[in-house]
Amino acid sequence: MARIGFERLAHAYPGAAGYALKPMDMDWDHAGAYALLGPSGCGKTTLLNIISGLLRPSEGRVLFDGRDVSSLTTERRNVAQVFQFPVVYDTMTVRENLAFPLRNRGVPAAAARARVEHVAGLLGLSERLDRRARNLGADEKQKISLGRGLVRGDVAAILFDEPLTVIDPHLKWELRSRLKELHRQVPVTMIYVTHDQTEALTFADRVVVMSEGEVVQVGTPEALFERPEHTFVGHFIGSPGMNLLRCAVEGREAVLPGGHRVGLPRAYPALAGRVELGIRPEFAAVSREGGLPVTLRRVEDLGRRRIARVELGGSPLAATLPEGMPVPAEPRLVLDPARLHIYADGRLAAGSA
Amino acid sequence: MAKPRDDRAWLLVLPVVALVAFSALIPVMTVVNYSVQDSFGNNEFFWNGTGWFKELLDPSTDLGGRFFDALWRTLLFSALCLLIEIPLGIGVALSMPRQGWGVSASLVVLALPLLIPWNVVGTIWQVFARRDIGLLGAAVNGLGVDYNYAQDPLDAWITVVAMDVWHWTSLVALLCYAGLRSIPDAYYQAARVDGAGAWAVFRAIQLPKMQRVLTIAVLLRFMDSFMIYTEPFVVTGGGPGNATTFLSIDLVKIALGQFDLGKAAAMSIVYNLIVLAVCWVFFATTTRRESEAAR
Amino acid sequence: MSVALEGVSLSAGGRPVLHPLTLELPSGLPNVLLGPTGSGKTTLLRLLAGLDRPDAGRILAEGRDVTGTAVRRRSVAMVYQQFINYPTLSVFENIASPLRVGRLPRAEVESRVLEAARLLRLEPHLKRKPLELSGGQQQRTAIARALVKRASLVLMDEPLANLDYKLREELREELPKLFAESGAVFVYATTEPAEALLLGGRVATLSEGSVTQFGPAGEVFRRPCDLATARVFSDPPLNEAPARIEGGRLRLASGVALPAPPLPTGACTVGVRAHQLSLEPLEGAVPLPATVRVSEVTGSESYIHLDVGGLSWVVLTPGVRRPEPGDAATVWLDPRRLLVFGEDGRLAATPALAEAA
Repeated sequence: MARIGFERLAHAYPGAAGYALKPMDMDWDHAGAYALLGPSGCGKTTLLNIISGLLRPSEGRVLFDGRDVSSLTTERRNVAQVFQFPVVYDTMTVRENLAFPLRNRGVPAAAARARVEHVAGLLGLSERLDRRARNLGADEKQKISLGRGLVRGDVAAILFDEPLTVIDPHLKWELRSRLKELHRQVPVTMIYVTHDQTEALTFADRVVVMSEGEVVQVGTPEALFERPEHTFVGHFIGSPGMNLLRCAVEGREAVLPGGHRVGLPRAYPALAGRVELGIRPEFAAVSREGGLPVTLRRVEDLGRRRIARVELGGSPLAATLPEGMPVPAEPRLVLDPARLHIYADGRLAAGSA
Repeated sequence: MAKPRDDRAWLLVLPVVALVAFSALIPVMTVVNYSVQDSFGNNEFFWNGTGWFKELLDPSTDLGGRFFDALWRTLLFSALCLLIEIPLGIGVALSMPRQGWGVSASLVVLALPLLIPWNVVGTIWQVFARRDIGLLGAAVNGLGVDYNYAQDPLDAWITVVAMDVWHWTSLVALLCYAGLRSIPDAYYQAARVDGAGAWAVFRAIQLPKMQRVLTIAVLLRFMDSFMIYTEPFVVTGGGPGNATTFLSIDLVKIALGQFDLGKAAAMSIVYNLIVLAVCWVFFATTTRRESEAAR
Repeated sequence: MSVALEGVSLSAGGRPVLHPLTLELPSGLPNVLLGPTGSGKTTLLRLLAGLDRPDAGRILAEGRDVTGTAVRRRSVAMVYQQFINYPTLSVFENIASPLRVGRLPRAEVESRVLEAARLLRLEPHLKRKPLELSGGQQQRTAIARALVKRASLVLMDEPLANLDYKLREELREELPKLFAESGAVFVYATTEPAEALLLGGRVATLSEGSVTQFGPAGEVFRRPCDLATARVFSDPPLNEAPARIEGGRLRLASGVALPAPPLPTGACTVGVRAHQLSLEPLEGAVPLPATVRVSEVTGSESYIHLDVGGLSWVVLTPGVRRPEPGDAATVWLDPRRLLVFGEDGRLAATPALAEAA
């Protein structure tokens, strides 16, 4: 249980040009649920391995409760880690697998047994405790890996490296909600690395969005959704991601492709660089009247909602086709004015009310 | 996952069947033929039935006593070789570098003894261990140890076993190394996170992952050492006395030294059956262990 | 162009892995095989490819029986979950490899490879080796190889499973277009219901070695013919509850009664998807008492995991909500959105609001 801090932390792999992780400062609360979210190669696994001690940073310090642990080995850092692919010790039973981290640290047998049975119960492994681990399916092997991460009561943090990649969709739901429940019961810092926004947003209290070795935004799921500070966050979070339209801003109005003018919720000073208007598909609705004239290209049926792919003055946009509405012959696009954001060179521009 | 099936594939096996028939079945039948006959030279043969086999398997007869002595010697030799080479091979494999230029360097060094023809290995050791001019023999004697493989049976054994270890430990090491290389990095990382020490890592990860290759290594080393001929023949010629006369050497002595073709044929059949039986037991136990593990 | 399976079945080691099935897969729109791991998707793909031979039944390509024909004599391309490329060949040579066997003129090979590379945006990487590329580019190389072959049957086995989420979204949109234009029969296996819907073709749902339903994706999603199909085609998992039909009313175990579909008296199962439940009162809906287990926020919506009379249910609700675990909640169940399955597991009646998503 610890606060985790980073001081001018950065990493460059030997021989590689440039940083894999650019210099950063951050402080994470004790017992928080954090997610590191980004595409492959964004540096999220590098950061995770630095926290666990599998990798030594080339610059800066890692602090656990204010204590510098940068040079401590993984064994001495008191963290648990669950990997992307299930790691089970083949010759051992499920029980022995779960007890392995405890046995290595000399936990008394009775205490270890109680702990193992508790964790097995939480993960639904109780009935398999005496089976050999090697003959179980991928799902159950990954449960064992998770269990070994959770079994120690004294860890500073539990790290998850894309732990649900090999799991079938249905079990993903179960395991994720189990993890959340566990986090409620055991106040330990959990750090979850993933490229899947749904997993990151649903798991974490705070999501750290990374791109090209840089942390672009840290925030709650709703903050990332409602007020992305960077166009990358807007695009990466949400499915489909935020629509971004080239525009010119004149005070409280944006001039869109095709010369359409849209009122903005804030007034902006003159902006330099590439200026874009951002609106999430959830806040852009196809309608029969009002709004802007668009051309409808395609409708995607997602089962529980429909996405209309439209074009506005030659720029593609994703919008919501409201429930029960037939596809209109002359579609119009209505943008929720409160949800419009302006970006200059990728960064959110601060307007004044 | 099933592979595509086509029964015509059996046709492709035919040439091999023909080859095996020619190279194995016909000679074996010749040996079986000899084993039930006696000969006094001049190409005259007499029916002897199971006579040779009875004599061979009765330790109180000349032939039987000789056979069982050689058999125990051979088994002892195999056991010593396995006991030394398997742990040593595992140790070498574990201490090999996992990446960098050291990998290819150590692989080349390890492969060297395996590339030397067997009779050359014998000759090398015969000279190497000589007490008068051999580097090893002279050095050991220089240290005040009375070492002479040509006269002392124990010294002869040490020399022959050392030679086999030198020659074949590399094979075990290479097989184990291949097994170790197949372990994904995540396993080592997970073990570090789980707080496992070197011994725990070996027991929990490395040994289980090496199990398959070790099975093969043990089988290969047993068969090779049990049937060893060339190297001890070159070094000690089976002596001093009969101290290093292994089954294969004894067999050649009877067949070519004394031209007792019937005795030699019977002996080679029994020898062959022992090898087959040991392999079968070995195979059966390992496959059963695997199918039990799979349950 | 179409591929048909007639009464095809397969067993391994005495156990059936694929129950007899008859299916006609047309070209144009993608044919999606949807089912969890082990449901028989890969087995079916292998049979279609000709890698395995069915125990019974026939496989027809354009009406011609190809059941016993070897893979290399069939016009088939396959893309796997793992990125499979020739590591020592450049991306160009990798894409060109299926054409090298056919001894096509040089210029023809070049133009076809460049065309495929353009469609999959691989042009800048043609001279590089696959292992120098990102996972997405490697898989695009494998897809380009399948495309360039101009096979009449293209099989993909969870091709996007190992790719980043956003990249998956992109390729999901492009793949159907690419292969629809080529006129090939396009078969795509996935475990994810959302992917099956997004590809927007026909869906065959698989459960334990049987194809349970085959039809346009939206239709199968809204009117699953049986419980197995509804389970396979729900993400988050289908909320289920045992119930009884009694005196023309549908009675849940908790005692709540709802208007019943035309079913004989007896046991049945009701199923309702997460987005069709509500935590706000709805007109015509009945309230069910529940206890909150966990809440998950996606930014614009929240998944609330609840204990509803001892059953584990998930509700998808708009907006951000974070009720505390242990809190009491009320779930509103609209009988018009309910799927009711009879004792045999078949869908008893189409829900009245099936069309309204």
